[in-house]
Amino acid sequence: MVSIRLDNLHVSLGGAPVLTGIDARLEGGVLTGVIGPNGAGKSTLARAVLGLIEPAAGQVLIDEAPLSTIPRSELARRIAYLPQGQQLGWPLSVARLVALGRLPHLAPFSRMTAADEAAVERAMARTDVLPLAARTATELSGGERARALLARALAVDAAALIADEPLASLDPAHQLDVMTLLAAEAHQGRLVVAVLHDLTMAARFCDRLLLISHGRIVADGPPDMVLTAELLASAYDVRAWKGEAEGHRLVVPLERAP
Amino acid sequence: MPIARPLLLAALALLALAAALVSIAVGPANLGLQRTIAALSGSDDSIARIILFELRLPRAVLALLVGAILGLSGASLQGYLRNPLAEPAVLGVSNAAALGAVIALYFGFAAHYPILLPLLAITGGMVAMVPLLLLARRGESPLALILAGIAVATLAGAGISLAFNLSPNPFAAVEIMTWLMGSLEDRSWLQVIIALPCIIAGSALLLWDGRALDALTLGEDGARALGVNLAAVRTRLLLGTAIGLGGAVAIAGAIGFVGLVVPHLVRPLTDRSPGAVLLPSAIAGAALLTMADILVRLLPTVTELRLGVVTALLGVPVFLAQLAKARRLW
Repeated sequence: MVSIRLDNLHVSLGGAPVLTGIDARLEGGVLTGVIGPNGAGKSTLARAVLGLIEPAAGQVLIDEAPLSTIPRSELARRIAYLPQGQQLGWPLSVARLVALGRLPHLAPFSRMTAADEAAVERAMARTDVLPLAARTATELSGGERARALLARALAVDAAALIADEPLASLDPAHQLDVMTLLAAEAHQGRLVVAVLHDLTMAARFCDRLLLISHGRIVADGPPDMVLTAELLASAYDVRAWKGEAEGHRLVVPLERAP
Repeated sequence: MPIARPLLLAALALLALAAALVSIAVGPANLGLQRTIAALSGSDDSIARIILFELRLPRAVLALLVGAILGLSGASLQGYLRNPLAEPAVLGVSNAAALGAVIALYFGFAAHYPILLPLLAITGGMVAMVPLLLLARRGESPLALILAGIAVATLAGAGISLAFNLSPNPFAAVEIMTWLMGSLEDRSWLQVIIALPCIIAGSALLLWDGRALDALTLGEDGARALGVNLAAVRTRLLLGTAIGLGGAVAIAGAIGFVGLVVPHLVRPLTDRSPGAVLLPSAIAGAALLTMADILVRLLPTVTELRLGVVTALLGVPVFLAQLAKARRLW
């Protein structure tokens, strides 16, 4: 089980502060949703946790060890990352793309073992891309490609998964599939963090939400505590309807807050 | 159509070997097959032995070596920059190495001490890397690297033009021009000895990062999250290109297009991941340049055609045909 602690984290990009004084402790077994308006610093938070940006102050601790003391190759086996966006440098097949997730586990110049192959196949099965295995990833639809990229991140088989907008361009059925999958990953003991825009999905599947606005955590807790009318109005500047259907929470933005 | 990797490597190696054998068998002096085989197997036909061992064999070896590093550095750069347009020249190494050689020719060092030409060329290539390495250490994007490379290439190109501009007599200008077009004519074992360590060191540095290039398919953040140390990858790539290509340009002059075309010819035969393209590009580059070098000797022209001219003349149509045929996959 892995834990991530953010200790008074400050991050600046191009001199402008993007995150200020972030304190949080992320644990395994919990699906944590990171929500907030555009430009709030959600992706920056994800990148800082992976050490992809140097913090201006404060630190990230993985299992209480400062991030800077953990070698990149070691970190890659412990935290899997699904970056935002779907840019692919080369027209690989889906199977080859997903296999990239095994890179942190391969010794230099060695081949994939049977265990690696099995992890790749399992990841493809879980995101429903096995039938696409031989297709060229750059020729898939946006949603299919998003699932292939999620499979790539799952193939790492790390104790933690940080997914930046895993629902982007997915159809409703696959949105439900992916949220169910992320929740299942978390409830097996993994630490799963997902940056989300869909408040209903966040309310329904996440155990804990971090609401970020202007680079600060303005709310942190179970969905009911975070998705309040006041917080939605102050962070997102919207008035939302909250209700229930067949026992599931719904949060639907209605209009800009007056 | 992807081919199983061992099969692909074996087929390409066979092609390169066959090309090298043909290269040893052909030349201006028509020895005939029997005399060639007899000399190779140790008869005391001293003229045939000198032609084969002192002229043709080093030439064939150099064609393989130079072609290999051109193909490999092209494949590495395309992989790292995630840009199918990249070729070794975009980093300015070729031009800078050529400028070093031109300085040797212009000031007449090369006439007195022939060894100075390759040494100055290698130095030129290394000097050109300094600004790029400084940029790379600061963690600049691939685009910044390309722009800096183009700046270096332009500056070195201007230096070469300056040499033409100031050249005291037309013969000096022609000598420089001829050298720039690239050739493997009249090379000896000395040139092999100069080029070999450079090309081996350069190739080792470039082949090291196949996995990292694969990871870069997911972008820089994606690659780093998979454990890739990008600064180290950039440094190895730049050093490998400078050392390997510097050694090749020093011996053979500026031979264009092999580095751009070969990865494109090889890629459809692999799974298209940049790491899988590296080694096949090296072997295919070796085969291609050797074949081009056979062609320049077989064509009945008054003076031997320059290798750089032939690779471009042959490479461009093949490349265009390939582009027209290939589905647009990126």
